[in-house]
Amino acid sequence: MQSDHTAKAFDSDLQELTRLVAEMGGLAERMIVESVDALIRRDVALGQRVVAADAEIDNLQRVIEERAVSTIARRQPMAVDLREIVGAMRVATDLERIGDLAKNMGKRVAALESDFQPLKLIRGLEHMTDLVQSQVKSVLDAYAAHDLPAAMTVWKGDEEVDAICTSLFRELLTYMMEDPRNISFCIHLMFCAKNIERIGDHATNIAETVFYMIEGQQILDKRPKGDMTTFATTVPGN
Amino acid sequence: MNVATAKTAPVAAPHPGDGSVLKEKIAIRNLNFYYGETKALKGVSLPLYANKATAFIGPSGCGKSTLLRVLNRMYDLYPGQRAEGQVLFEGKDILEPGLDLNLLRARIGMVFQKPTPFPMSIYENIAFGIRLYEKLPKSELDGRVEQALQRGALWSEVKDKLSANGLSLSGGQQQRLCIARTVAVRPEVILFDEPCSALDPISTAKIEELIDELKTDYTIVIVTHNMQQAARVSDRTAFMYLGELIEFDETNKIFTSPNDRRTQDYITGRFG
Repeated sequence: MQSDHTAKAFDSDLQELTRLVAEMGGLAERMIVESVDALIRRDVALGQRVVAADAEIDNLQRVIEERAVSTIARRQPMAVDLREIVGAMRVATDLERIGDLAKNMGKRVAALESDFQPLKLIRGLEHMTDLVQSQVKSVLDAYAAHDLPAAMTVWKGDEEVDAICTSLFRELLTYMMEDPRNISFCIHLMFCAKNIERIGDHATNIAETVFYMIEGQQILDKRPKGDMTTFATTVPGN
Repeated sequence: MNVATAKTAPVAAPHPGDGSVLKEKIAIRNLNFYYGETKALKGVSLPLYANKATAFIGPSGCGKSTLLRVLNRMYDLYPGQRAEGQVLFEGKDILEPGLDLNLLRARIGMVFQKPTPFPMSIYENIAFGIRLYEKLPKSELDGRVEQALQRGALWSEVKDKLSANGLSLSGGQQQRLCIARTVAVRPEVILFDEPCSALDPISTAKIEELIDELKTDYTIVIVTHNMQQAARVSDRTAFMYLGELIEFDETNKIFTSPNDRRTQDYITGRFG
């Protein structure tokens, strides 16, 4: 890490920002796991708790933003300090969006009425969640440790999540065509899969922020993409 | 920190430049400067671009003011001070002996830290400098004085009291009077040595606004201890430390992601 500032209070301002982002990150990770857990076990109460936790994340984002703005105003940070503060704000924005997506899944638990429980689909969703959750965890660790290689691993690792999402998408289409009674359930599940995939995208955003914080430049390369849901179709009768 | 990502790291976006064609007004080449036995500048080389503002920053004693004083041979006033190397002003070395220093200082003007109006009327403060170099009829001289005061953003405040003593003005006005006086002899380069360190924030903002306007006609060099000021007014920034030029780059680059660790430590307040 960087050596200390002559003005010690500046160091504690920055540390406090990093701590708040870490707290927010922990909360977001928990919301991801619990929302999918609630979904799979049809635990409406747990789903409601996830929905309620979102307010906490939103509040943390506000606090981070206020602190960041006040630090900028009072200390006129430059170079690495400026990027650190801008980075904290950007990561907080991504975490807030992750919270929203988890909350959305939490809400859907109550809407899942059918007993239809295709095991393979559930497994796929679980696997995808595990992957995304570990991506989020790794990138938050990389953020806290200023570990660029670790962040870049996350940045490149999103492809697999995208691929699972695409295959889930195809499978859901098949179930819906088999029996229209599955449609409602499958649609909800499809949104959930998409939400998890989006959470993965936010993890890669955070990786890009880590790159910016360390290198002082934006990433120019295109990220490898595996999400083909835009093109995935299943032709009836095939 | 240079993380070993050469093979795996994605390509970063190049830093956006200002895209304009740069003309070297002054080229400093391998400049050494001595105060007696003490070497105050060590092999400094950098370009000063026409119609751009270049800021010199660095901790006290780093040589930034010395460098500024070399640019119009201010040091010639003191025995025991000497410069080695080249300072090419439009291709001609200004360090050469036998150079007409009065002419040089008319082409490369300087504004000092403390406002230094002459104890004479506002009008005479400006006219005095012009008369040194040119013989003009009264009407034309009046025009030049007005022009200079307008360029110094002072005209509207003093036009009804041109015969008042220059020393009766406020600190900020006095500094603008000095800038107007410098501008009046139509220099090509203006050197500012901490021009706002004795001024309040409003006067400072006025001077900064003025520097921004002066760039269209002049090449500006400014030494400042106030990094936010360097960030605000300059296009290029040179960071100096212990007599050496550590880093010279676009101001945006210096203040958002400098290359050298020492630059970073200085501008983020981690020095010493």
